[in-house]
Amino acid sequence: MSIYSYAALIPLLPLAAFILLGLFGRKYFSGLSGIIGTTALLASTVISLLTAWQYFFVDGKVNGIYQQIIPMKYTWLQFTANVSIDMGIVLDPISVMMLVVVTFISLMVHIFSLGYMKGEERFATYYAFLGLFTFSMLGLVLSTNIFQIYMFWELVGVSSFLLIGYYYDKPSAVAASKKAFIVTRFADLGFLIGILILAFHAETLDFQTLIERLTSTQSTQFISITSASLLGVSMLTWGLTLIFIGGAGKSAMFPLHIWLPDAMEGPTPVSALIHAATMVVAGVYLVARLFPVFAIDGSALQVVTSVGAFSALLAAIIACTQTDIKRVLAYSTMSQIGFMMFALGVSKNGGEEGLGYMASMFHLFTHAFFKSLLFLGAGAVIHMVHSNEMKDMGGLKKFMPITHLTFLIACLAISGIPPFAGFFSKEEILMAAFHSNKIVFVVALLTSGLTAFYMFRLYFSIFWSKEAPIHENGHGEGTWSMKVPLIILGAFSLLAGFVPISQLVTSDGAALESSINIMFSIAPVGLALAGILLALYLYKTANEKPQQIAVSLGGFYKAAYRKFYMDELYLFITQKIIFNLIGKPAAWIDKNIVDGLMNMLANITAFISEMIKGLQSGKVQGYALYFFGGVCGLAILFIYLLK
Amino acid sequence: MNLSLLLLLPFVTAIAILLGNGLKQVRFVALLGSGLQLILSLYLFVQYSAERAAGNTSQMLFEYSHYWFTPFNINYHIGVDGISVAMILLTAAVVIAGVLVSWTMETLNKEFFFLLLFLSLGAYGFFISLDLFTLFFFLEVAVIPKFLLIGIWGSGKKEYSAMKLALMLMGGSALVFVGLAGLYYNTSINGMHSFDLMQISKMAVPLQAQILFFPFAFIGFGIFTALFPFHTWVPDGHSSAPTAASMFLAGISMKLGGYGCLRVATYLMPDAAHVYAPYIILLATIAIIYGAFATMMQTDLKYINAYSSVSHCGFVLLGIGMLTHTSITGAVMQMVSHGLMTALFFAAIGMIYSRTHTRMVEQLGGLLKVMPFISSVFVIAGLCSLGLPGFSGFVAEMTIFMGSWQNAETMYRIATILACASIVVTAVYILRAAGKSIMGPITDKNFFELTDATWNEKFAAIILISGIVAIGIAPFWLNDLITPGTQNIMEHLSKVLTLK
Repeated sequence: MSIYSYAALIPLLPLAAFILLGLFGRKYFSGLSGIIGTTALLASTVISLLTAWQYFFVDGKVNGIYQQIIPMKYTWLQFTANVSIDMGIVLDPISVMMLVVVTFISLMVHIFSLGYMKGEERFATYYAFLGLFTFSMLGLVLSTNIFQIYMFWELVGVSSFLLIGYYYDKPSAVAASKKAFIVTRFADLGFLIGILILAFHAETLDFQTLIERLTSTQSTQFISITSASLLGVSMLTWGLTLIFIGGAGKSAMFPLHIWLPDAMEGPTPVSALIHAATMVVAGVYLVARLFPVFAIDGSALQVVTSVGAFSALLAAIIACTQTDIKRVLAYSTMSQIGFMMFALGVSKNGGEEGLGYMASMFHLFTHAFFKSLLFLGAGAVIHMVHSNEMKDMGGLKKFMPITHLTFLIACLAISGIPPFAGFFSKEEILMAAFHSNKIVFVVALLTSGLTAFYMFRLYFSIFWSKEAPIHENGHGEGTWSMKVPLIILGAFSLLAGFVPISQLVTSDGAALESSINIMFSIAPVGLALAGILLALYLYKTANEKPQQIAVSLGGFYKAAYRKFYMDELYLFITQKIIFNLIGKPAAWIDKNIVDGLMNMLANITAFISEMIKGLQSGKVQGYALYFFGGVCGLAILFIYLLK
Repeated sequence: MNLSLLLLLPFVTAIAILLGNGLKQVRFVALLGSGLQLILSLYLFVQYSAERAAGNTSQMLFEYSHYWFTPFNINYHIGVDGISVAMILLTAAVVIAGVLVSWTMETLNKEFFFLLLFLSLGAYGFFISLDLFTLFFFLEVAVIPKFLLIGIWGSGKKEYSAMKLALMLMGGSALVFVGLAGLYYNTSINGMHSFDLMQISKMAVPLQAQILFFPFAFIGFGIFTALFPFHTWVPDGHSSAPTAASMFLAGISMKLGGYGCLRVATYLMPDAAHVYAPYIILLATIAIIYGAFATMMQTDLKYINAYSSVSHCGFVLLGIGMLTHTSITGAVMQMVSHGLMTALFFAAIGMIYSRTHTRMVEQLGGLLKVMPFISSVFVIAGLCSLGLPGFSGFVAEMTIFMGSWQNAETMYRIATILACASIVVTAVYILRAAGKSIMGPITDKNFFELTDATWNEKFAAIILISGIVAIGIAPFWLNDLITPGTQNIMEHLSKVLTLK
């Protein structure tokens, strides 16, 4: 038992809240459910802050390097003598950082929901699901075993299914939750097969041992996995790429991103939790967790880089055309996660070369604050105007001063304007890309400009644009439980950039020099300012200009607006190919051919018995005839054939 | 402990039911009897674990043997290992749940509960038999009541289904009998042929006899567990059966086949098992994928679960066919897991049907609003079916996948990948069914009048869910329980003697 054993409480408290509220909440607590869930989460947050403090500043560091600490680990299911699923807790820089992020954002969402979800019929269920989700996410973060992470991965998937489908009597919400679950499940198939491949060659499921074996080029396991190949690609690359597919599914990377925009059907605070800071970064976390192995396999890392960079750009382009404010945020999340992914992709393991890894984790950290702030702000707006569409908004700055101010901070942060949080992390990412891959760097630069543009398009459309709309509906800006998280997150979006992540979370545990360079920053900040000015010019007041530009862009605008027809493509594959070409024939064959054969067998039997039952007629003359015939037949047989 | 109690108890209960008068007495006796069965099987589990913990390493525990018919050397020989104990626990759980969901059985209730208890007698006898003849005897005991249960209390085209099921299972039994007779005549112990499972396992059955009789035994038992292409009794049989019979059929009866495939065919004819393994895997993979896709197109909840049973039982056969220790352990886990899960599913469907009088997905909708408990049960069963961690299905399927992947041949790898892929299809059909019938808007105004589960239905669901969750959250106890048994089978399989 280690001094860190108390860290087990961090996931267990939300689990306890889930069980309590799930079983008894509706009947016995109802209104109190929110308080119960929030209290559990508060305790959990305090403990993770304590853990982080102890780990980062007291005893996590030995000889200048942060150690991996495993306070507990139990065998859960033994497969063979040395392959087993263990349940344990791992503390290292990334997991401790994630603990803080997940519990903190979850706490904010819990508090915000006290006001936002007040009066909902299934209030207790909502908090139960929030607890389940938080538990699963924390379990995922703390996993010591690749199968343990897979299990919590699936649990995260199902709790997000439950939360997205919270408004279960709304068909669109049900469809969205199904879509999210099935798309990520499909991606998880890759993850599962990847695990099978790695586990088969590495002969272990334990992260630590697995990484040890697959990074030392002398080990038999390493030789085994690199010498085996399929289609000219080594099994190591296959395994890692398949695992990355799982990560890409959860992190909404192209082409598995299609579930994310639809997932906005869930209650808005849920989006702030799941689609900003926690579930969607699970893929990034997974790659980071296995990063030492990824780092020795250039091809797999190349896949990560390309997918990340492409997703970042694609999502930014689509985001410029969407009119549903939550969907804009969804695409922006996809774009920002693309940044984190390619930052990992361009990184190396250890030393100064490991800048990308640190930058990716840094961006994960800062993004969590400003993106959940944006979602919660959007939630407050939707709460006010009862619509997700930009056209129903405008001029809200008068009615919602706090939301307006915090939303502005978040927009500046995501656009990378100094000294807001996003600036620092984005600079590090751009720097890392600049040093290793110029194409990615250009894509990233372009995307940052677009980001500033579409975020301010959103901002101006909500808070400026039209004059003096009438939106007063009695409840004003919302309760204090809604405003307080906005203020806290606003403060963090302003300050999180000053957290010395480069000293704390690096690929090899050793501190890294922060490399903010003013000369280097001119281009990205300049582009961001240009994007903001363009948005200001086009959207500050309602006018015809955006429409004219859209028309002049013609087909390209339409394609982007229709999300490049990805949904139609998927619909075609699922409906036309899987259902009509595989499912229907399978059902038909079963009913008519396979079962038909069985029925035919029965009919033949019946037919034969019908034929021969006449033999037993009870007529003595008939029997005498058969007897005579039989004797003759036998006689012929014996005399002529068998002599 | 005396294993014969497992036979005596259902027998006495069944007789007591016949003496009972009126629904209230009858169901009380049935509940009492099945409750005692559950207690007895839990006691067996405790006793068994205690014996093992005390260091008893003999292959079978609580053995007992008495001659039955000396001229043919048939003995009443019983005993259990971990695999049998796991199946007995499953049986007890499903039987009591079945009694509880049939609480308000209107017609011929005495006969109904009698047959249900009689079925459990057959199942227990089958799982404890160590003599192939008595094993076969109990297999037959468990077939006939099903015919009556479906034919009398069923719904839809019940006569057709009952006949189809009985004929196909009888056909399976006939094949099994040929296999057993083949084994019998190829053994010689002290100058006598033997039906004794333990004795046969210690001697080498000639390779040619194995090659000849393995298919009979395996296909025969395979028909019980929905081996493709002999699975077509499953959809019709399950959907026409009354709820408790569906639960028993899918939960226990199909497991008789899996258990037989493992314990009789594979264990006693290990060489032939190696020879036929590729074919088993082929058929199992077809069943998994094809069953899953066929499920996707079904619109009747019972057909959905029945076809999904074909797919899930394919995992059992896949695990057996892969012939690794992990995969066989996984196959046994899958039997237990699927038994509990599918019984729960049929129970939920039965509860929905008895209220809404429809099982068609497109006619249902928004049930979560009017019956939250039943809907939650349905969703839990569905999540278990699609292999969500925390429920038993995940544990069993992952064990099978891990075990299957240990076979490095390309064909086996492809089979494993296809089996893995089926869990995506499972998610599709489960969520389609749940999304339409449980979630979504309420489709029928009359649904607003419906009531949620009664105490007996809740009780039944809780028993089954406890089992599912106990395995899902802490699988090590089940793993520890069955591993010594599967270890024995593995040792036997690795001693492949005569392969040339």
